[in-house]
Amino acid sequence: MLFVAFTVYSFQIYTSGTDVNHSAPISDAARRGQHIYQEHNCVACHQFYGLGGYMGPDLTNVISTRGEAYSRAFITAGTARMPDFGLHTEEVDALIAFLTFVDQTGTYPPTDYEVSWHGLVTQADDPR
Amino acid sequence: MTSDNPAVGGLRFMQLGMVALAIGMLFGVIGGFQFLFPEFLQELLFTKTRPLHVSMVVAWIFLAAIGGIYFYLPRQCQLPLFSARAVRWHFWIFLTTGLVIIACYLSGKFAGREYFEFPPVLSIPIFLSWILFGVNYFKTMRQDKEPWPVYYWMWGTGIVFFLITYTESHLWLIPYFRDTMIREIMVQWKSFGALIGSWNMLVYGTALYIATRISGSDKMARSRLAFGLYFLGLFNLMFGWAHHTYLVPSETWIRTFAYVVSMTELFIFGKIIWDWRASLESWQKNRHCNAYRFLVAAEIWVFINLGLALVISVPAFNLFTHGTHITVAHAMGSTIGINTMILLASIFYVIREELPDEVHAYCSRQLRIGFWTANISLVVFFSALILAGIGKGIYDGSSFQEMMTGIRPFLIAFTLSGLSMMVGFWIILWHGFRLIGRIITPVSLGAARQSPQLTAE
Repeated sequence: MLFVAFTVYSFQIYTSGTDVNHSAPISDAARRGQHIYQEHNCVACHQFYGLGGYMGPDLTNVISTRGEAYSRAFITAGTARMPDFGLHTEEVDALIAFLTFVDQTGTYPPTDYEVSWHGLVTQADDPR
Repeated sequence: MTSDNPAVGGLRFMQLGMVALAIGMLFGVIGGFQFLFPEFLQELLFTKTRPLHVSMVVAWIFLAAIGGIYFYLPRQCQLPLFSARAVRWHFWIFLTTGLVIIACYLSGKFAGREYFEFPPVLSIPIFLSWILFGVNYFKTMRQDKEPWPVYYWMWGTGIVFFLITYTESHLWLIPYFRDTMIREIMVQWKSFGALIGSWNMLVYGTALYIATRISGSDKMARSRLAFGLYFLGLFNLMFGWAHHTYLVPSETWIRTFAYVVSMTELFIFGKIIWDWRASLESWQKNRHCNAYRFLVAAEIWVFINLGLALVISVPAFNLFTHGTHITVAHAMGSTIGINTMILLASIFYVIREELPDEVHAYCSRQLRIGFWTANISLVVFFSALILAGIGKGIYDGSSFQEMMTGIRPFLIAFTLSGLSMMVGFWIILWHGFRLIGRIITPVSLGAARQSPQLTAE
């Protein structure tokens, strides 16, 4: 019975539970950027929604908070903590497209929220 | 691995696991120094040291747990393995794939997934080796016509859920999952959470097995309470993962349900407190046993980590702790304080049973030094991560660099305590590796033997 419940639950997670309607479909450029992000193992240092490494900042909303030019400069030149990966211009464009895609999916960490007496959090800036 | 005795295979798995842990910790310490000094060992980028550390330490957990199962079944439980050849295949597939994964990391070939940063094609041999393990385990267990004690169920559940969750963690290869960011993140957390639950089943099953052997009674592994706790663990394995996703914009019911599920662990927390006096008496009786010492350390770390897990599972607290070093403290506290202590207990239990006269005074003294160095270092390490996490969680500025500068003292404490912890574990591992090596020859020659007689009471 527990296993059946787990199967139904998993199906819900795979479909309606994560079927966010606010997100624009991923573009080919963003898809390419996603591939580059993985190829250089950016997850070792960066996070999306708090999942990933701790060496660098969370990148969920880096485009809307810092801007495209700022992000482009970091990716292109690197920093003391981040190596210059020697990416070509079209690869940087693809990464920016991917970060822009991620940025549209929500706000992290939330800035406008309420905490109820039982500990649950309601986000006013939840995009759903 | 040349012997036909499958128990030798189990010991080889344990030895390989100890090597993986020793090297994995070294990469962890290098990564810690790179965190503080980004120019440190620049040839070996942090993007390489982190996966090397994570993969080798995870390999230690699997290898030592699997080694125990392969050893205990034929050697102590009178259950000859269905196929000794499958054990050898399993070992060589694991070792070969592991070496290829290390080569991929060192040469910078990544799939860039949290925890599984190697190219996904290498998941195929890993998956196949687990199929071999699963078939061997369940075919072996068919010989046991008696009702199973709970640790047999836990081991079987761990194998089945490893296969399910490992498959699930590769769903990102399908565009349907990869192209929707929220689904992609949620399925990652779901699969990783349950995958950790699956290895916990293997490790906790091992802990219960050793505890019954040391106490001489199988009663605790056949009680209703033991099965109740097993189902509670299984329930959390299946549904508890989502407390990591409170801040991901998925459907609200997923997060609310996870909150309720996570709070069921209060029962386990309460039970540890309830059993405190009995645990203390048992400790006084068995304190000279190395295996028991590691089990007691694991129990204390279960208490600490469960307390932390309960706190960070409350959404109001999770708001400040998620994505901070507190999550790392929870992960490290569990893998080192609980899993590693239990698996070392398993290794030293095997040594005690097979070489009862071989732990000389000098060795025992060094083991005590290693034990206390590792545990005291872990306390500092764990506390430093908590403090760094609080620093990050309450920081309300906009500069990542400023936040990192603010928590730097804690990161220094974290790295230095990581270094001393590694030294403590190296002392233990050296003796464990050496003594397991001394068992291998007699075991490969000898017949199966049963552990001390268990009583029903």
